[in-house]
Amino acid sequence: MTDSATTPPSQPMAVLPGGEVTENGPMLAADGRPLKHSLNRALRREKLRAFLLISPLLVFILVAFVAPIAEMLFRSVENQIVSETLPRTVAALREDQNLPEAAPGEPVYEALYTDLFIAAEYKSHTRLGSRLNYESTGLSSLFRGTGRDVGRFDTDIYTDQFVEAAPALEDPVAWSNWMADDEIREALPFTADAWDAWVTLTVEANEDDPLEEDVEDFVYTALYRDFANGASPSGFPDVDVSNFESVSIKALFEESDEDWVDPDVWQVIKTYSPNYTDGYFLNSVDMMNGPGGEAEWRPESEQIYLKLFWRTMWMSMAITFSCILLGYPIAFLLSTLPLRTANVLMILVLLPFWTSLLVRTSAWKVLLQQQGVINDTLVWLGLVDDLNRLQLINNATGTVIAMTHILLPFMILPLYSVMKTIPPSYMRAAKSMGANDWTAFWRVWFPLSVPGIGAGSILAFILSIGYYITPEIVGGTSGVFISNRIAYHISSSLNWGLAAALGTILLALVLTLYWVYDRIVGIDNVKLGG
Amino acid sequence: MAGLPPYASTGQKVWHYSYLVICAAIFFFLIAPILIIIPLSFNAENFFTFTPEMLALDPEGYSTKHYRDFFTNPDWQVPLWNSLKIAPVATFLSVALGTLAAIGLSQPHVPFRRAIMAILISPMIVPLIISAAGMYFFYSRIGLQGTYWGVVLAHAALGIPFVIITVTATLVGFDRSLTRAAANLGAGPVRTFFKVQMPLILPGVVSGGLFAFITSFDEVVVVLFVGSAGQKTLPWQMFTGLREQISPTILAAATVLISISVVLLVTLEVLRRRSERLRGMSPG
Repeated sequence: MTDSATTPPSQPMAVLPGGEVTENGPMLAADGRPLKHSLNRALRREKLRAFLLISPLLVFILVAFVAPIAEMLFRSVENQIVSETLPRTVAALREDQNLPEAAPGEPVYEALYTDLFIAAEYKSHTRLGSRLNYESTGLSSLFRGTGRDVGRFDTDIYTDQFVEAAPALEDPVAWSNWMADDEIREALPFTADAWDAWVTLTVEANEDDPLEEDVEDFVYTALYRDFANGASPSGFPDVDVSNFESVSIKALFEESDEDWVDPDVWQVIKTYSPNYTDGYFLNSVDMMNGPGGEAEWRPESEQIYLKLFWRTMWMSMAITFSCILLGYPIAFLLSTLPLRTANVLMILVLLPFWTSLLVRTSAWKVLLQQQGVINDTLVWLGLVDDLNRLQLINNATGTVIAMTHILLPFMILPLYSVMKTIPPSYMRAAKSMGANDWTAFWRVWFPLSVPGIGAGSILAFILSIGYYITPEIVGGTSGVFISNRIAYHISSSLNWGLAAALGTILLALVLTLYWVYDRIVGIDNVKLGG
Repeated sequence: MAGLPPYASTGQKVWHYSYLVICAAIFFFLIAPILIIIPLSFNAENFFTFTPEMLALDPEGYSTKHYRDFFTNPDWQVPLWNSLKIAPVATFLSVALGTLAAIGLSQPHVPFRRAIMAILISPMIVPLIISAAGMYFFYSRIGLQGTYWGVVLAHAALGIPFVIITVTATLVGFDRSLTRAAANLGAGPVRTFFKVQMPLILPGVVSGGLFAFITSFDEVVVVLFVGSAGQKTLPWQMFTGLREQISPTILAAATVLISISVVLLVTLEVLRRRSERLRGMSPG
């Protein structure tokens, strides 16, 4: 900046005498184009070539890796199953005024009848039941049981009465002609909707021709609803339904299972009817959507995830800390020994690093058993009584020991590469100025090695909080991590939404730590195997 | 630490030797669990500890029956072959795509270099269980779950960061005037790549490939979710064995895997030395 203050900014074009710029124009490249354009073009081409080299891999990673992660994030909030399986019920619930004090009115049950009848044919009601069961226990059996009953509801009285009043109503061909008429469809909205659903169902699920099948009861029930609402379309058989024997659909549902008139059940269905939900995330932190729709804590006995997250964190910290404790002396030794000796000793660090994870985990499973080598040795040495062998496996101790062994190389390698850069003369200088060994180490060496501790700790911590295999095998029940719970929800309980939400939280945690690691160390400085 | 000066006090001597003992103990902790597997795998009994016969070095106490089981029992042979069918293909994919991309990334003007790098490295950062969950959901949607190619693609994705890191590290020391010289002498880009660039970056490519291979060969979480019984790999079989009925054959399998790691470690060390020598000779 001092330069620009003393000398005026140079403007070669303007100060050149004789107007050379206007005479010769801008500088030209060999092919006659302006040099600037030519350079720009070369730069563009270079960028394009680099991009072409990268793009196959980028596309591959986006499809094979990034898309799956995005799918998981999406699944943690996705909740289309309720509105897809019970579209009419969800729409009717939106109009309903009774909730949350009382069970909803008859229209909701009429809509549910149609929805559940169709869902039972597709067998999708059981999946919906399992989904809602995550939020309120008992809903799975409710849907399963009523799904069996719904085909046998006493709504055939409508069918019989309509057919008796107008025999043409029994003919599916006549029906299909009426339902092709827009005016009739407009006058009989519920009937048209039920008819369309029945046609789709017959073709898709049963693979029959709707023109040859008997029209199902729920279509006549919808027709009764339309007529009862006062519809009288022209071109459609006019039936007087005022004398019809009628039946309450609500009562039929109550007869099938009295939980159907429980407002709490309906509140759950209503709460989870939107396409997206925060329910899985609330569940991940031991909360849930209360009856009023606002988040509240789960009962004490159901609170497990926060404890599990907390345990994952503190055990990872314990593992990281043991890694520092064991890794620091080794890294210090390796960095102060002559290179040739250090390289030989380095093999002792790299061999575990390269050995299969399963091998190391098997080794610990074998060693830590109550009848294993460690307990045998301790008994032989007389340190432990034969009857009181140490419980070293299937608890937190087992996980910490095995994981420390597995992650120790990840601590030693970054520590070593940082310590290598500390000139040994610093320690000698400190000592020559009167520092004793400890002061020289503590005041000079240690502060210089802190970046290595930081890098190694974050690396070990990141790796540790996402670990699955080792805790699963040596952790028992008290030494498992959040990852094990995620795996359980994917493969055993099949609550994928909750697994996705737990995974998303863990991912956010890891990415934050990774960001910190990138700030401190930089990804480009990740070194593999020394 | 390279030895004590002659004027060291008694305290310093005591501290020095106890420090060495501590270090030896830590090295023991690192290496002993792996080494102890090897003699245990020759146990004549179905125990996971040393029998009195073994401790007395009685030949009766040792046998190769667990190895015979490992090499004849289809429970182990089928997974072994599955692993050998999956890992090389996944490695080939990672190396081919990864090397090209690393060369692209090392060009001087790459837009969004940091962002691209972060995306390509991400499979190494994201915890395996999360990758496995995502791949399970996504691959079942597109029909790849439970297929050979699903597992290969997943493993290739996991191996790519290693290839990218090792190859870009080699390319940092690459003298770009060599490719220009080759072009000047009339070689096309393809010929330049295979005759000039490839031989020089080969150590990086091979060690990246070894990392990718071991990643796939040793991987169990993703294959548990993305694979089905037909793609059961060796680590999967070991995992099932450890979780359900643990059989001593697992120790034989572990010893075989340890031998493979030793071979890989030696190969990498040789490659590293060669790479250093080559770079020492190159004018850059």
